[in-house]
Amino acid sequence: MIKSRSRRLWLNLVAMVVTLVALFPVYWMVMTSFLPGREIQQTTPRFLPLPGTLDNYRRVFERDFFWTALKNSLIVTGLCVSLALVLAFLAAVAIARFRFRGRTTFLATILIIQMIPAEALIISLFRVLDGWQLVNTVIGLVLTYLVFVLPFTIWTLRGFVHGVPVELEEAARVDGASRLKAFWKITFPLVAPGLVATGIFAMIQAWNEFVFALVIMNRPENQTLPVWLQAFNEGARGTDWGGVMAGSTLMSIPVIIFFLFAQRKITTGLTAGAVKA
Amino acid sequence: MSTSSAELSTAETTSAAAGDGPNGRPPRRRAPRKYPLLPYVLLFPATAVIVVMLGYPLYRLVQLSLQDFGLPQVFGQPAEYVGLANFREILSEPYFWTVLWRTLIFCGVNVAITIVLGVMIALLMNQLGSKMRLVLSTSLILAWAMPALTATVVWQWIFDTQYGLANWVFDRQGESWLAEPISFFMVATIIVVWMGVPFVSFTIYAALSQIPTSMLEAAALDGANGRTTFRYVIFPALKPILLIVTSLSILWDFRVFTQIFVLQRAGGVSRDTNLLGVYAYRISIGENAFDTGAAVAIVMVLITILLTLFYMRALLKEDDV
Repeated sequence: MIKSRSRRLWLNLVAMVVTLVALFPVYWMVMTSFLPGREIQQTTPRFLPLPGTLDNYRRVFERDFFWTALKNSLIVTGLCVSLALVLAFLAAVAIARFRFRGRTTFLATILIIQMIPAEALIISLFRVLDGWQLVNTVIGLVLTYLVFVLPFTIWTLRGFVHGVPVELEEAARVDGASRLKAFWKITFPLVAPGLVATGIFAMIQAWNEFVFALVIMNRPENQTLPVWLQAFNEGARGTDWGGVMAGSTLMSIPVIIFFLFAQRKITTGLTAGAVKA
Repeated sequence: MSTSSAELSTAETTSAAAGDGPNGRPPRRRAPRKYPLLPYVLLFPATAVIVVMLGYPLYRLVQLSLQDFGLPQVFGQPAEYVGLANFREILSEPYFWTVLWRTLIFCGVNVAITIVLGVMIALLMNQLGSKMRLVLSTSLILAWAMPALTATVVWQWIFDTQYGLANWVFDRQGESWLAEPISFFMVATIIVVWMGVPFVSFTIYAALSQIPTSMLEAAALDGANGRTTFRYVIFPALKPILLIVTSLSILWDFRVFTQIFVLQRAGGVSRDTNLLGVYAYRISIGENAFDTGAAVAIVMVLITILLTLFYMRALLKEDDV
């Protein structure tokens, strides 16, 4: 292919514009979060956070229920990720290492489940959890998240377990290790990076989820961060964009950092895994 | 060999929907003779959670849609079965059809824009030097990683009536973008597309980089220009993965909830901006009409199943390679 210099230049220019557009809202969020209120309330916007302030963050930290929401989010996310990884890992081992009746059906079911719009289940899930006295409980929300995280984690981990050659384990067994020990010492460490990547994705899902948290955790003291942020957003509309942006930044930055780490490992699985991060 | 390698690689990305391991290899072991039930024991916990937390609510959803279930039933009055009355009620209501069409159109427009932009950016990435590509892909990852809620809140701020950036850019003092259906859906589309494009770009770019350069060189030698190369070499190689990405985008954009819900709260109009998912939520939780709400949700699930069948066909076709 012919690559003239001017063509190169044009391509880079277009790429720069796309980069700016993709990046801009993230920049705008972070920038606004450092602007003092009087600088935000200008019809001519400021494009640099000068003079910067940490006032917005202070208001977020002092706002009602921020710390409880953060705590709730951490607990729910932590439980969801650990449970999802354990359950998914067991299932993935079964699928990747054994041939058994019902295996294909299980895999097909997993794929189909991911297509069911969770949004359609809000109503009945709420009724079901209400019947079991699980509304406004951590367990209720974690169990809900598990269902939507499991199919993807099982599917992805299956690939990682499958990627470790059985011959490695068999060699260890020839050397006298038990089946369990061979698995634990040989396969598990090789799958560990996969567990980390998959776990990060489950984490992002649980941390970001808004709709179910809104319905299931409907008391202020039970809110997770997204629900808290939306309440803040509605309550402070038009007056405290600095605070709302500071809250948004606090919620988004951890996700963005983790996502940068895990993205490469997972992208391939996403097409089949059908999870929108 | 070189002709099929692009297809092979996409088959790998979508790994074997039919149930066998990647590359179509069956798993190597039978269950150990000593413990024939081991695989089932391993599968049990995950299956139990899915059956209890998904299977049962699904069953309850169908049940609700066939019952008379309102506020009295919430407080313990026994619910009566009314057959298909709820479905008859929603299907005979013009507003339901308005919402349904609105949802389908919104979905179609968003998918079209997402796919076109996504493919164009993927083609661009493929032509860039490695440094610029890294910059571009990192910024795309950032957009992709933003939680749907915070993304919506940030765009809401950009389109704020009083101090929003958009009003300054377009020189429209005090414009309330979210109060009018057309501009409301424009803002919603911007958010959905902004978040949806990176996935499409990355997937298509991965497929693009698998197209052997020898094919492109051969096309160039034969005198093909950019457009004909795309039409006769690149597009056919991308077709299977494009089909999958499009199906997934359709499924995702059909169920958009958070963005619409949050923007409605900000704009104050919901009747003219409801989409199917939000609508089902509003009549159930808002009006305590759990029965008709469930019926709307069932319609949503049925449409999704229909769309999924197309997706599965694309996946399975892909697997024949």
